Amino acid sequence: MQLWLIPIFPLLGAALNGFTGRRTSQGIQSAIAVGSVLLSFLWVLNILLNSMPAPGAEIRESYFTWISSGNFSLSVDLVVDRLTAVMLLVVTGIGTLIHIYATSYMSHEGGFYRFFTYLNLFMFFMLVLVMSGNFLLLFVGWEGVGLCSYLLIGFYFLKKSASDAGKKAFIVNRIGDFGVLLAMLLLINTFGSLDFKTIADKVKTMPVELSAGILTAICLLLLLGAAGKSAQIPLYTWLPDAMEGPTPVSALIHAATMVTAGVYLCCRASALFEHAPIAQDTVAYIGLATAFFAATIGLVQNDIKKVYAYSTVSQLGFMFLAVGSGAYAAAIFHVVTHAFFKALLFLGSGSVIHALEGEQDMRHMGGLRGKLPITFFTLLMGALAIAGFPFFSGWYSKEAILSAAHAHSPWMFWVAALTAMMTAFYVFRTIWLTFFGEYKGHAHPHESPAAMWIPLAVLAVLSVVGGFLFNVPHFLEGVLPAHAHGHDMTLEIIGSSAGLLGIALSYLFYVASPGLADSFAESFSGLYNLVYNKYFVDEVYDAAVVHPLERTSRGFLWKFLDQNVIDEGMVHGASSGALGLGSLLRLLQGGVVRNYATWVVLGAVFIFSAFSLLGGAR
Amino acid sequence: MNPAAFYPTATDYLRFLPELILTIGGVLLLVLEALTGDNKDKSSLGYLAIAVVLGAMFAVPVALANPGTSFNGMIVSDGFAAFFRMVTLLVGLFTLLCSTSYLSREKANTGEFYLLVLFSLAGQGIMAASNELIMVFLGLEIASISSYVLAGFLRDDKRGSEAALKYFLLGSFATAFLLYGISWIYGVTGATNLVAIRESLAAGTSGNSMAVAAAALMLIGLAFKVSAAPFQAWAPDVYQGAPAPVSGFLSAGPKAAAFAIFLRIFQTSFESFSSRYEPVLWILALATMLVGNFSALWQSNVKRMLAYSSIAHAGYVLVAVTTNSNVGTAAAMFYLAAYALMNFGAFAAVTHLAGRGESHVTIDDLKGLASKQPVVAGLLTVCLLSLTGVPLTAGFFGKFYIFKAAIDNHLYWLSALGLLNSAIAAYYYLRILAAMYMHEPKTTDHPEPVPGGIQLTMWFSAAGILTLGVFPGLVLDYANRFATFVK
Amino acid sequence: MLEGYLPLFVFLVLCIAFPLAALLVGKALRPSVFAPAKLESYECGIEAVGGARGRYSVRFYLVAILFVIFDVETVFLFPWAVRYKQLGWFGVAEALVFLGILVVGYVWAYKKGALEWV
Repeated sequence: MQLWLIPIFPLLGAALNGFTGRRTSQGIQSAIAVGSVLLSFLWVLNILLNSMPAPGAEIRESYFTWISSGNFSLSVDLVVDRLTAVMLLVVTGIGTLIHIYATSYMSHEGGFYRFFTYLNLFMFFMLVLVMSGNFLLLFVGWEGVGLCSYLLIGFYFLKKSASDAGKKAFIVNRIGDFGVLLAMLLLINTFGSLDFKTIADKVKTMPVELSAGILTAICLLLLLGAAGKSAQIPLYTWLPDAMEGPTPVSALIHAATMVTAGVYLCCRASALFEHAPIAQDTVAYIGLATAFFAATIGLVQNDIKKVYAYSTVSQLGFMFLAVGSGAYAAAIFHVVTHAFFKALLFLGSGSVIHALEGEQDMRHMGGLRGKLPITFFTLLMGALAIAGFPFFSGWYSKEAILSAAHAHSPWMFWVAALTAMMTAFYVFRTIWLTFFGEYKGHAHPHESPAAMWIPLAVLAVLSVVGGFLFNVPHFLEGVLPAHAHGHDMTLEIIGSSAGLLGIALSYLFYVASPGLADSFAESFSGLYNLVYNKYFVDEVYDAAVVHPLERTSRGFLWKFLDQNVIDEGMVHGASSGALGLGSLLRLLQGGVVRNYATWVVLGAVFIFSAFSLLGGAR
Repeated sequence: MNPAAFYPTATDYLRFLPELILTIGGVLLLVLEALTGDNKDKSSLGYLAIAVVLGAMFAVPVALANPGTSFNGMIVSDGFAAFFRMVTLLVGLFTLLCSTSYLSREKANTGEFYLLVLFSLAGQGIMAASNELIMVFLGLEIASISSYVLAGFLRDDKRGSEAALKYFLLGSFATAFLLYGISWIYGVTGATNLVAIRESLAAGTSGNSMAVAAAALMLIGLAFKVSAAPFQAWAPDVYQGAPAPVSGFLSAGPKAAAFAIFLRIFQTSFESFSSRYEPVLWILALATMLVGNFSALWQSNVKRMLAYSSIAHAGYVLVAVTTNSNVGTAAAMFYLAAYALMNFGAFAAVTHLAGRGESHVTIDDLKGLASKQPVVAGLLTVCLLSLTGVPLTAGFFGKFYIFKAAIDNHLYWLSALGLLNSAIAAYYYLRILAAMYMHEPKTTDHPEPVPGGIQLTMWFSAAGILTLGVFPGLVLDYANRFATFVK
Repeated sequence: MLEGYLPLFVFLVLCIAFPLAALLVGKALRPSVFAPAKLESYECGIEAVGGARGRYSVRFYLVAILFVIFDVETVFLFPWAVRYKQLGWFGVAEALVFLGILVVGYVWAYKKGALEWV
């Protein structure tokens, strides 16, 4: 089926733009960037329409043996099964839309071709990640998307906060990567393979006594990696900062695709998680905690992109909750719908920011409903979807997650429902503050060009009908482990009303009686400050991890170890030793042929004596 | 005896085709060089030589398609020979590509350079394919004598002349050891054919102590050719003094061919002495790595640094030879191929950057190169990273396979010390990188454009390095298949 | 096997012994008078002038080395001449190849002016 073509198109696009971008016009660069992703999308469609793999089956193409060492061998395989098919459609489909959007959004920015080179490169790595047949190739994609994410967050590299945010993202992700690496080593040790299918088969026949400990360890390490990539507690802090990057990057990488890689990894390794209940429970707790805390932070942020960033963290938490509850299909379903509405929200906010010439603070917005009608309408659709308004896309996936959480343990359901209400609250808060009331800024807002609003419109349609149209859990039946639990009307009603209640409350706070929010913040100022400052987690990390590390590295590693021990002791010691060695070598290397010949003779004597002294013939 | 039995057949010539093409091409070039006037531009002869080398490259698979011995067992065409023929031809091709512009820059408008490269390549091909000691000696001499002249090719350059003279004197000295060893082994066994020597040594025990001495003598001669310590003293002076493309040629091609005969002779003929030569090789390998790396640390002249680094790399290959096993041989083959790419890539960059008269060859001269000539700096970076052994480059897998082979053969200490050495080596390669990327350029003059041949060489080697860094199997599978010798 | 080399060994011993013996015999026989004239290079010739390391034209060297090459050529032709009949046309062809390469070398040396005496 030529699966390799799928990732290769964006790679070629990246190479073309990277090498020729300095000399070509923006039109050509846009055509290359958008065209390459579009080709991938079409090729995905072509493959899936012609030969959709049956549930449990896969299309596997093995290209060459990558590593062959002893009895461990690994080949470069690309695999498409139904799980990959879903991811492929999301990545290339949403990717195409966002590329189109970006050609307009970035048109006034410097480094146009650089941006699309990185973005195409990101697509390549992301496709490798989801199409890989084994952990190592997945890890290549994993590292690659991390790199591109770093490059794109720090795209405005002259801005210190942007490059700092890039570094933060990279370093925090490295902590997670470390977990994945260790997990892979353990996998090799346990199964002698890194291939998904081989491992899944071997896990089934593994005796429980043997498997429990090691599998728990592997899964927890994988979870560490997934938490890093998907911004879960305790490694979520990088994602809000990542909003320093251009908005299309936030939409594509930090909402729709890359950050869901952690969820994808957990689903890929579902066979392992199914046999490691402790690890699975941990996933659920972490997901729920992240969803809840991130949602509370989202309630009070004033930067529109920050709100959506925390919302992303929170929604990713929902997905982890689903994974932890054993509802892998629901998690992937939420990945899909979230990709629709969160990409829409980000792109829409980008459209607003674009119209206001870079303003991101919602306190300086308001009343934009008339000025930006399309943006307003599409954003409203996205907000309804994420709030879980009945029959919008988000509603379907969120209900699935909520009922899975209830089946796992009822208290989780209640926390999750509360979180869903907060979700509806903060997302509608952004709508009210941005589009209603009086305009409080000084720019001259204008509607965005077609290249920007058409993707918005498409995403809006998908956000509305996506959940109804694409029944992902049904599609994935038999692919991922599933636990049967029936529909419970009561739960659905409670879940839906949580969203509606959130919308109503935010209307009350921000439209009906606008002073209420402020007086609320004043009367609970302590709590408000705590939440507004994101529970001071960044500060705590700074104090507990970053500063001690810095102090250690400055005081011990640099001042003591590096300057005293290494520089003075080893380097200078070595250099003074090398002076002695040097004078010896000078004897050896004086440039006088006679001396060289003497060395040859001495060497000959050595070899002769060694040969005669050493053992006889074998 | 009927002399007709000795007549070569057509297949015999096919098995020898690469060297035949090189020889005929070289002789043809000699005539053309003599017939074109002294004032004419001779670079067209260079292009002709490139065509000859390409022809020889195409002949390598032809020879491989007819495996077996020819000329009564003097030459053998096997995968091992084809591998080293290809490596040396590649190095020769690089040399020719880099030298047309080099020679015109240095105002050395003579065509002999090209045909000397061809003759040297023919010698190296004979070394790679020789199946008996007379051929080994002949190949070695053909390769060496051409190299001596190449080293001193710029007659007005004092350093070059000194280099050539030193190379010649010490080279002949070492060759004498080898020849003495060959004659001695002939005296003991009555044979020069490698397999016959092995059989003779296995059959009789009377002359074995003398055969041991012969093996020792040959080891000395070969150790000199691969610049193993303590026979390495010539290498830095020669590589520094010789014209830059020639230094690249000498450090990669003849060395690979010398390792080829090293492996073939010792694993085919002298395997019964392995308990004697393995410990000696152990010490030679370690000494070579140490001397190469430690001396390189303090060099400010890039050419000289690369010379020491090439000694160190010979040390790594000697580790593989020490294992005296098929995996070790395969690792050595892979390493030499990777080394040819990365080392010549670096020398190609130096060839360009040195400027007229090779006056800019210190690390200071490379300062700020990344901002002045980003492409050259980038390609040189790839080569240097590969020489350091960074993952995703050919050099990494080269070292990986060598030390893996060493560990598989229980040479734990040697692997540990070798790895330590490669860590030391990172320092001096990184010094160049730091100078290129972290310093302001010394001068602001406009850089000269990179000549096409040099550019091609650098791109090709960088591409090769990265390809082998991701798909080492391309070469390694081949090497593994042909790392066994007929016994 | 090695016994076959006995004559060679005897020859080697004789080679070393002969010059030693000659020197010793000479020392025993000659009178030892150390007059200045006795220490001259040529006791009864013209007086030596200048150092022995004077420079002379490189062309002597060139001619000499060309001579050596073509002289050695005959050494290679000799075994062919001995087995001329048995080797037949194959031998002729091989000898011609050999001579042909030498001729090319000769042409080159000639064109390069190695044989001209300016």
